[in-house]
Amino acid sequence: MSFPLVKSLAALTAAATLAIQPAWASDKVKIGFVSTLSGPSAALGVDIRDAFMLAVKLNGGKLGGLPADVSISDDQFKPDVGKQLFERYVKRDKVDFLTGVVFSNIMLAGLPEAVDNKTIYLSPNAAPSPIAGAQCTPYFFAVSWPNDAYHEAAGQYATNLKVKSAYLLAPNYQAGKDSLAGFKRFFKGNVSGEVYTKLGQLDYSAELAEIRAAKPEVVYTFLPGGMGINFIKQFMAAGLNKDIRLIQPGFGSDQDVIRAVGNDMLGIFDTAHWGLDLPNEANKKFVAEFEKEYKRLPTIYAAQGYDTALLIDAAVRAANGKIEDKEAMIKTLKTVKFNSVRGDFRFNTNQYPIQNYYLREIQKDAQGRLVNRIVGQPVLTNHGDAYVKDCPMK
Amino acid sequence: MLEQALNGLQFGLMLFLLASGLTLVFGIMDMINLAHGALYMVGAFLAAWLVQLTQSFLSGVLLAVGLTAVVGMLLEATLLRTLYARDHLSQVLATFALILIINDSVRMIWGSDLALSAPQALSGPVQLLPGLLYPSYRLVIIAVGLAIALLLFVLVTRTRMGAWVRAGASNREMAMAMGINIKVLFTGVFGLGAALCAVAGAMLGPLLAVQVGMGENILILAFVVIVIGGIGSVWGAFVGAILVGFVDTMGRTLLPHLFREIFSPQFASAAGPAVASILVYVLMAVVLFVRPQGLFSGRS
Repeated sequence: MSFPLVKSLAALTAAATLAIQPAWASDKVKIGFVSTLSGPSAALGVDIRDAFMLAVKLNGGKLGGLPADVSISDDQFKPDVGKQLFERYVKRDKVDFLTGVVFSNIMLAGLPEAVDNKTIYLSPNAAPSPIAGAQCTPYFFAVSWPNDAYHEAAGQYATNLKVKSAYLLAPNYQAGKDSLAGFKRFFKGNVSGEVYTKLGQLDYSAELAEIRAAKPEVVYTFLPGGMGINFIKQFMAAGLNKDIRLIQPGFGSDQDVIRAVGNDMLGIFDTAHWGLDLPNEANKKFVAEFEKEYKRLPTIYAAQGYDTALLIDAAVRAANGKIEDKEAMIKTLKTVKFNSVRGDFRFNTNQYPIQNYYLREIQKDAQGRLVNRIVGQPVLTNHGDAYVKDCPMK
Repeated sequence: MLEQALNGLQFGLMLFLLASGLTLVFGIMDMINLAHGALYMVGAFLAAWLVQLTQSFLSGVLLAVGLTAVVGMLLEATLLRTLYARDHLSQVLATFALILIINDSVRMIWGSDLALSAPQALSGPVQLLPGLLYPSYRLVIIAVGLAIALLLFVLVTRTRMGAWVRAGASNREMAMAMGINIKVLFTGVFGLGAALCAVAGAMLGPLLAVQVGMGENILILAFVVIVIGGIGSVWGAFVGAILVGFVDTMGRTLLPHLFREIFSPQFASAAGPAVASILVYVLMAVVLFVRPQGLFSGRS
């Protein structure tokens, strides 16, 4: 027997071994985590990452019984960088799941890489309307909430209060316009002003003077990040909070904003799908462990990151570790039950959540800290989104 | 209307504090310092931290201004001094790197944001005229801004150090030949610029977010101001800053109203905010077209 034959036999055996490997369960679950971890908006991505890794840690470094191999990268708040990272994780590292992105524009830049290569993306935040509707895909799951939902809940809350006039303010870009459209979809009163400001505007004195003149009952703003912090500080300094109720989307007055604004936040109302004090066991454990590990209170973003890890854990366990079969995995993800920190929810046909949205008010807790507390009954119950009818998936 | 005029004045005065330091550094040392905004951020963070530590707004802010001046002078003496002889591109690159380094250092020390509130007595509005409520803290900003502007004028036009600064701005070689100690002067001017940044950062802290990256947003406007006002001229920076403050504030309120009178509602609601947001840059373009050296150039 000559050596070349031995070699080729060995090669054949090796090839056969490789070929049949998918029939066995995997030995680990590989996750590519892309998020904004540097720059002014880093706090959001950091919270998602910290909560995700907390869930992995509490699980003994495993997800669904398999060792979790989580690779974390920073998209630097740049869509092109995000796209490259998606490509690397999908093509070179061949990860089982992708997750992590905060911002819709970055997620939308990377998502085609995942879809084209049949890799599942589980969104811990961004859930834009196009992917809920006509462009929906089986490879995308929104573990968070549809982009319009908080604004719709806020509109519904204003309607419940029988508010006659509302003044709306958002930055002049697509998400700003979408958010105010979401509010108006559920608000039955009169919109006394709808103002779009420059993205990244610092000083809102001119707009506040207009609001004072317009005398609305309610002001609703969508001003993410520093813009919202500036607006709230200036709104309070102008004394407008005495006559006008300020309503925010949940992320607009979450722990990160409270840290930056301070005591002026007391008494602001917002709408969200989750709160620190939601009375379920999973949430109590999450809030306590997060605070113990990181010495700060979790934000909505953190709750979403934690839930994403829990979903992966439940799905991989339900599939007995067989994560290579994508079709089966998608089916499992759609229906699997896990103890979400937001309480019960389920995925719609477009794989966006159907869930409750709550009213929260910023109050002082027992230790004198400012926190969001859930007030009364849910504003919207079992609420989906307006775009699911355009999604061909059943 | 009066309220909007006050808003414009207040915004303009704060821009002036930033732009005056920038224009002196640019004019006298011929140095483009992108990290000027980073010093503004350092000033705001120091103020927020020290106000919390000392439990007094005034002493916190004063300490922050002093410390930021020290930081500025240290930066100048150790790092930026070596860049004077280089071309503008190297300066831009080096100071841009400095922005990134300072941003991440601040994040490491204090995290990505800090809370800074106005003193309780100034947190609400006051009634100026019947029917005109105005935030009292913004009035304080206007007063502080005007006082510092006045001080700066006296310093630049009436003192020996001011004469050196003006000499340095108009002709550096000649000033050196006349025996002015340029090294010390440069460090001093840089420290002054940093202190003015800190005043702006600390005073604006209760109104704006004290967070990493706050400097970059406002730096662009400060550059617009010095281009309009003329590089190296403090008076130019003052006029430019007030002009930018007014045009920005008035544009945002009046323009959408004006558009609604003239055009269809759809067009007005789309074009109004868009045009208002570029108004400042239109102003800069017009000034550059009519007077390419700026309104009041400090250079001969």
